[in-house]
Amino acid sequence: MFARTGKKRSFQLAGLLIPGTAWLWLFFNIPLLIVLFISFVERGRAGGIKIPPVFTLGSYQQFFDPLYLGIFGHSVRIGVVVTFICLLVSYPLAYFISRRDTRVRNTLILLVMIPFWTNFLVRTYALKQVLATEGLLNFALSSLGIIAQPLDLLFNETSVIIGLVYGYLPFAVLPMYASIEKFNFSLMEAAADLGASPARAFWRVMLPQTLPGVVAAFVLVFVPVVGAFITPDIMGGGKVEMIGTLINRQFGVARNWPFGAAISLILMLLVLIGVIAYFRSGEEGRRAL
Amino acid sequence: MTTNAVEMLDIVKQFPNPAGGLVNAVDHVSFAVQDGEFFSMLGPSGCGKTTSLRMIAGFEYPTFGRILLHGKDIGQTPPYQRNVNTVFQQYALFPHMSVGQNVGFGLEMKGVEKLEIERRVGEALDMVRLSAMEKRKPSQLSGGQQQRVAVARALINRPEVLLLDEPLGALDLKLRKEMQLELKTLQREVGITFIYVTHDQEEAMTMSDRIMVMNHGKALQLGTPAEVYERPNSRFVADFIGETNFMEGRLKTPGGGAVVEVECAGGLGVHAVGGAGLPVGAPVTVAVRPERVAINRSFENVNCFAGTVLDLVYIGTDTYYNVRLDGGQVLRVREQNADPTQRTIAAVGDKVQVTLKAESAVVLVE
Repeated sequence: MFARTGKKRSFQLAGLLIPGTAWLWLFFNIPLLIVLFISFVERGRAGGIKIPPVFTLGSYQQFFDPLYLGIFGHSVRIGVVVTFICLLVSYPLAYFISRRDTRVRNTLILLVMIPFWTNFLVRTYALKQVLATEGLLNFALSSLGIIAQPLDLLFNETSVIIGLVYGYLPFAVLPMYASIEKFNFSLMEAAADLGASPARAFWRVMLPQTLPGVVAAFVLVFVPVVGAFITPDIMGGGKVEMIGTLINRQFGVARNWPFGAAISLILMLLVLIGVIAYFRSGEEGRRAL
Repeated sequence: MTTNAVEMLDIVKQFPNPAGGLVNAVDHVSFAVQDGEFFSMLGPSGCGKTTSLRMIAGFEYPTFGRILLHGKDIGQTPPYQRNVNTVFQQYALFPHMSVGQNVGFGLEMKGVEKLEIERRVGEALDMVRLSAMEKRKPSQLSGGQQQRVAVARALINRPEVLLLDEPLGALDLKLRKEMQLELKTLQREVGITFIYVTHDQEEAMTMSDRIMVMNHGKALQLGTPAEVYERPNSRFVADFIGETNFMEGRLKTPGGGAVVEVECAGGLGVHAVGGAGLPVGAPVTVAVRPERVAINRSFENVNCFAGTVLDLVYIGTDTYYNVRLDGGQVLRVREQNADPTQRTIAAVGDKVQVTLKAESAVVLVE
């Protein structure tokens, strides 16, 4: 009787696990293995790979060409700048929200999330219209007589950074808010009571306590920004090359699938390191609590 | 000559009322705390005691009035520039720091040298018997230990005044009683002025040199525990501290004499004390503590009334009797069970004589 129940259990367990596992293998693991495979073989003449496949490390070697390393470095730099701006803006914002009454707080959080309801592509195009030479911002500034000539706001690194900050800010606000909202603000009174000025109380007490939120925000913004390709493509107008646009190009016009696959995997490795660092700090945060 | 550690001069603290307008959380309160004193602010929640404490700490600024710390006006000084420290209700220990780092935080902020901090942290932890816990995180300590860390963290700064905001509220009864004595002993040893906020009248009585009873933002009475208990100045104070019988009546003789007579319900003439300045016929309340009333003994007392035992409750050390006096008034009487052979003095339904001294009956105006 017990054996039968046990068997029934394991059937149930299998029934629960099979759909998810199948999904993961079919649409994640197998494609990933295909990408891994492609990154280690020679390219085909018109895209795809050479048939029969020829093993090579060439794509990885190619990545270490100063040109591509430069693009990679550039992406990381943009990622750092965008993440830094996002953190700088979202911490005070999250702080402000978490100090309101519950009702106001929920409304404000809703406002932060509203952009998610609109397609990212549409939002990016909308922002492009705002910054365009004959766009809303230039029109407003010239109508007010502040500028004589329209400003060149689009298709440069700044416009890409503006676009990325705009797109990824909510990803920084939400984890930060979750962290700050849990913070026990009477600790700030305790710090002040013990002679800490507001600035010192922030550095010594509040920031260490809300660090998990900052790290989460960092990972959630930095990782996708470094690999972004829609925003640099639209806001950069093809003039700003980032790692995401580079990968995109390898599978498109450049017809170099193995190289695209290799860059993707290198980027993935970076993401993995970031995530591991995040969980490490999370553990530390939990230990501190 | 004693000096005043803290003086509150006609303090008003207004908060916006959710319904609009302003409310006086603290309403024209003045008092002085003497140097080295254990001073308690006692009252129900919302009476303004915590707000008063927070104004001394600097977390709130008074709307009107002045606060003097050893004669220096600190009313508008931010908390981190005041030489006072607080033990918070939920301790507010820094969870990411060790016990030692928590205790040393105040000295670190003052820029004290590292070796000196270590030495004084060791001393402070010795004082609260937690030396072995220095490396632990607050979350690894029990409630009572956290409470002692909070005390050490505050006292290490040698504040001019230590403020304690219901510091024992989160502890269970037995531990609370232990900590009461421990805090009192500690206060005597270090000689620092303690200002203690509590809603627990027994706690305030146990520890304090003087108690200020508050209600609705006002200071009602300030005195030693005995003064406040023996001669409450209002019905609220008499009711809030200890148990009290209230008998309503009118003065038959002018108030303020050595003994006055009050005519209570059913023509009962009660001899009492107090009521200075009140004319004959003034409506008053007489407050009588249950343990000051005797059943069937001490017949020489000036107040001697006949009554019937309604019910009784035996609680080990004492027995409570509810006695209906012939005038209709019900008196709660507490008799000590001193004689093991005679557990109760009277049974339910017995006709008894209750007696009390005039000094045990206090005339109150409200």
